[in-house]
Amino acid sequence: MLRFLIRRLIVAILVVGTVLTLVFVLTRLSGDLAISIAGPGATQLDIDTVRKAYGLDRPVLTQFFDWVGRAATGDLGESFFFKARVSTLIAERMPVTLTLGFTGLVIALIVSLPLGILAAVRENTGFDRAVQVVALLGQAMPSFWLGLLLMIVLGLQLGWLPISGTGSWEYYVMPGIVLAFSAIPALTRLTRAGMIQAMSSDYIRTARAKGLSRASILLKHALRNAAIPVVAIAAVQLGFMLGGSIVIEQVFAMHGVGFLAWESISKNDFPVVQAVVLVLATIFVVLTMLADLMNAMLDPRLRGA
Amino acid sequence: MSTANVVTVTAGPRRGWKSASTWVGAVIVGIAVICAVAAPMLVPHDPFAQDLGKRLLVPFWMEGTDPEHILGTDQLGRDYLSRLIWGCRISIFIGVTVTILSALIGITLGVLGGFMGGWVDDVVLFAVTTRLSIPVVLVALAVVGLLGSSLNLLVITLGLLLWDRFAVVARSTTMQVRNLDFVAAAWCAGCSRFHILAREVLPNIASHLVVVATLEVALAILLEAALSFLGLGVPPPLPSWGLMIAEAKDYMFFSPWVIVIPGVVLFLLVLGINLLGDGLRDQFGASADR
Repeated sequence: MLRFLIRRLIVAILVVGTVLTLVFVLTRLSGDLAISIAGPGATQLDIDTVRKAYGLDRPVLTQFFDWVGRAATGDLGESFFFKARVSTLIAERMPVTLTLGFTGLVIALIVSLPLGILAAVRENTGFDRAVQVVALLGQAMPSFWLGLLLMIVLGLQLGWLPISGTGSWEYYVMPGIVLAFSAIPALTRLTRAGMIQAMSSDYIRTARAKGLSRASILLKHALRNAAIPVVAIAAVQLGFMLGGSIVIEQVFAMHGVGFLAWESISKNDFPVVQAVVLVLATIFVVLTMLADLMNAMLDPRLRGA
Repeated sequence: MSTANVVTVTAGPRRGWKSASTWVGAVIVGIAVICAVAAPMLVPHDPFAQDLGKRLLVPFWMEGTDPEHILGTDQLGRDYLSRLIWGCRISIFIGVTVTILSALIGITLGVLGGFMGGWVDDVVLFAVTTRLSIPVVLVALAVVGLLGSSLNLLVITLGLLLWDRFAVVARSTTMQVRNLDFVAAAWCAGCSRFHILAREVLPNIASHLVVVATLEVALAILLEAALSFLGLGVPPPLPSWGLMIAEAKDYMFFSPWVIVIPGVVLFLLVLGINLLGDGLRDQFGASADR
């Protein structure tokens, strides 16, 4: 178990390191950053001042190692536009994004677990097909468009929920539904497939032979085994949701990390952009690692892999 | 030796509703491809021509419609139907080109990793893991934001970001094919490594890759729409469906149809591609790789 853990950790660190490098290269793609920071109408003197002030006159490699060294200690630099520490900016806005992501995940699980289980129990019936159709529809739904439709119907016409912004829990319902939509197809399919596989296994037959109740067989024996891949995918989906929340935060004007990134991209505020990419990638790596660990604890057979 | 059934067709009895849904998908995709190819001939009006005297005319099912513009006009008086057809051309173009680029990258990596094994495979797996940890929408937005929006840049950026599924499927199917008898026979016959990869392995994993390709086309189209919606995708005045929704957003509370129409066609196209992909998957008996 320990060897497994160490190996996963090393891979995780390598991945984050690679992302760190890629992000640095990415922000240097646009050519001379000093010109874009100084803005249109800046004189050569302005540009030179900016270049000096942000250390952009140093060799690229020095800048790179400086950025890596600082990032490793949690110092993500300073925003050009907000004139504040990037880590503070991200920390301020992370709660909105995290709340949104978890709301999405909870809604997705509430919908897809029962749907998947019922579809598996009634395999190849009308209900099973209906669930598969719902999954297909969800897969094809453009999330930003679904968001706008919900705003029109739930927000304006029915007046059930606030249209945009952040505040009480009501503000998170609509964006949460939209985010959940992107995860529901995968989670439902996986729950269904896992349950079908589990239900045809020997231990379920044994449980049946012992005369256990249907509910006990389904929930205690089958679901526990079917849950292993679902837990892993749920963690991965949460990572995707946090990354994808940039679109949703824009639609619903929620000032989370995604919104911050969008603002910074349009303002050429590259320290913020590279920091957000790095933070989201790190969260994703941590989530997938947790999923692997959880799997290894639930299913000892996976530890060797 | 594990003779996994990658080459044999294991599709069960085709159920009526399944093949019907495949046909629906094929018809939708067919119409979209025709619209995309023949857009200049099909558009009833110039999709870029503004007519400020005829702004936000309503579509045919509403009161007070103009028979000249059956789907109405946008906030600048441009014919909505013409812009939709032109937007289909853009969506299909992006979907196909992004998929070709990502297929080249992903299949190369996947086949190499699956075929060579060892450290090559480790590198490929690592590349896939790294790629998965990168938030696609955010990075694509950042690249387009830093370098300025253009159609070509969008295609290259998305192509460089979406190869992971190709790599995963190509790798796992290659691993299965690698151990089959006909590959061993080719080795014995003295075929070169390249020959075996190109003539023995690739044709046998192609059906799986076609299924992945359909999924990728759908994903690329959805992503393009989202990026254009955020203002960092296809540059205006090109009528991308995502951009049409973004431009119409300010009017949606008064006239919801302005966002409903482009959204519905986007939804239908992606649904059609997915239905077709599902049908192909069943046809090839490739239910294992999703």
